[in-house]
Amino acid sequence: MGYQFDFSMVIKILPVLWRGVIVTVELTIACLAVGLILGFFVALLRVSPAAPLRFVGRAFVEIFRNIPALIQLIWFFYAFPIVIGAQLSPFVAAVLGISLNTAAFSAEIYRSGIQSIERGQWEGAMAIGMSRAATFRRVVLPQVFRRMLPAFTNRAVEVAKVTSLASVLSVHELMYQGRVLSSTFYRPLEILTTVGLVYLVMIYPMTWASAAMERRMRRRA
Amino acid sequence: MNDTPTPDTGAPILRSVGLRKSFGSLDVLKGIDLDVKRGDRIAIIGGSGSGKSTLLRCLNFMERPTGGQVILDGERIGDARVAKDGSETITYRERDLMAVRKRVGMVFQQFNLFPHMSTVENVMEGLVTVLRRPKAEARERAAQELARVGLGDKLDVYPGRLSGGQQQRVAIARALAMDPEVLLFDEPTSSLDPELVGEVLRTILSLAEDGRTMLLVTHELGFAYRFATHVIYLSDGVVHETGTAEEVFRNPQRDKTRAFIARSSEFSL
Repeated sequence: MGYQFDFSMVIKILPVLWRGVIVTVELTIACLAVGLILGFFVALLRVSPAAPLRFVGRAFVEIFRNIPALIQLIWFFYAFPIVIGAQLSPFVAAVLGISLNTAAFSAEIYRSGIQSIERGQWEGAMAIGMSRAATFRRVVLPQVFRRMLPAFTNRAVEVAKVTSLASVLSVHELMYQGRVLSSTFYRPLEILTTVGLVYLVMIYPMTWASAAMERRMRRRA
Repeated sequence: MNDTPTPDTGAPILRSVGLRKSFGSLDVLKGIDLDVKRGDRIAIIGGSGSGKSTLLRCLNFMERPTGGQVILDGERIGDARVAKDGSETITYRERDLMAVRKRVGMVFQQFNLFPHMSTVENVMEGLVTVLRRPKAEARERAAQELARVGLGDKLDVYPGRLSGGQQQRVAIARALAMDPEVLLFDEPTSSLDPELVGEVLRTILSLAEDGRTMLLVTHELGFAYRFATHVIYLSDGVVHETGTAEEVFRNPQRDKTRAFIARSSEFSL
């Protein structure tokens, strides 16, 4: 191949990459928080006894799950401002796009979790006079969170990865920094490899934790 | 509601009149009349598919009856509306059903304990969220009920670590903690290993000694005979024969009842 590797400047760019890591973490946390909370309410629509509400929930899920996340990001940055008549910052547009996508997927996690709770749990609670709402809150939900923890961790891994898309909106996260640096130093091989490894180091522990939780749950079941 | 136990004046605490339930086109209950007086222990027996579990489940509205009435302590449950053609539709408000379930407890075949709560938390749950008792008081009461069913040393154990028989006794304690006026048992030993059946049956018998009003759906005819003051033999969604335990088990009047009871080893002679 005859290529002369030069990893010496990797030390120099570390501070810049670190700033990228911080923004990636910020994006991930913001998108997960908004996505998990919004997804919960979408799931409530999905399991509602009222058909129109179920339809709204279903529509939300299918729209934001089946349009590629990249399109959603770009749409919120370039198209959405025309609708609302105000420009969004790249960060906000990225958070919007990724959170809605995350909400759609986590709504499905909540829904399948809620529906996986046996009918007997509802009956056991209602037989001592608990309301449907109290049963849901006290008996069903805590079990959903427990049962779905591995799935939520998986979702967090996906979100962490998908934040790299925000680089196309010039959000200064890790991928963006990597691209800028590689064209500054003309060293794409070393720099982009380093960026990839940084993602691996950040994300692998989450994947491992998710797998470990799944193993533990299977043993307990 | 008054707090002092009413002496048995003969007025039934729980009645059903012409109770009907269908699932789609399948008529499971075809008009059941039932009178439960305070202190009665009623065993509901019958083959599978006879509607005995459905009957029990209609009495605390785990299933909503499709017709007829359930009357608790003289009060009819549900709002009946009579249409111009004389047909009646009944609607049930959740609030009313919750009030019924506070007074009519139930123990299930599958226990239905809450796996994310310890045994004492299972028993406290109704006291805290339904009766709004302070936690400390609820815990003390729950501990008493668990001691009564012989599990006073298992307060902080999770249901997953208990045997089936122990789990069912926790479920009984959970129902008792609500001070129900009537207690329903839906095949409480059917999902237990044979060696665990005895401890649950003994617990139920000990409640009989306290004079509790109970209805029991069971396949264990020998136990039904020891337990019950009255027996209802259900067949094809109707009460085929009813009487005291002595009458129905020792001197059944109808062929079908006789055949059903003869199938059980305890009564085969």
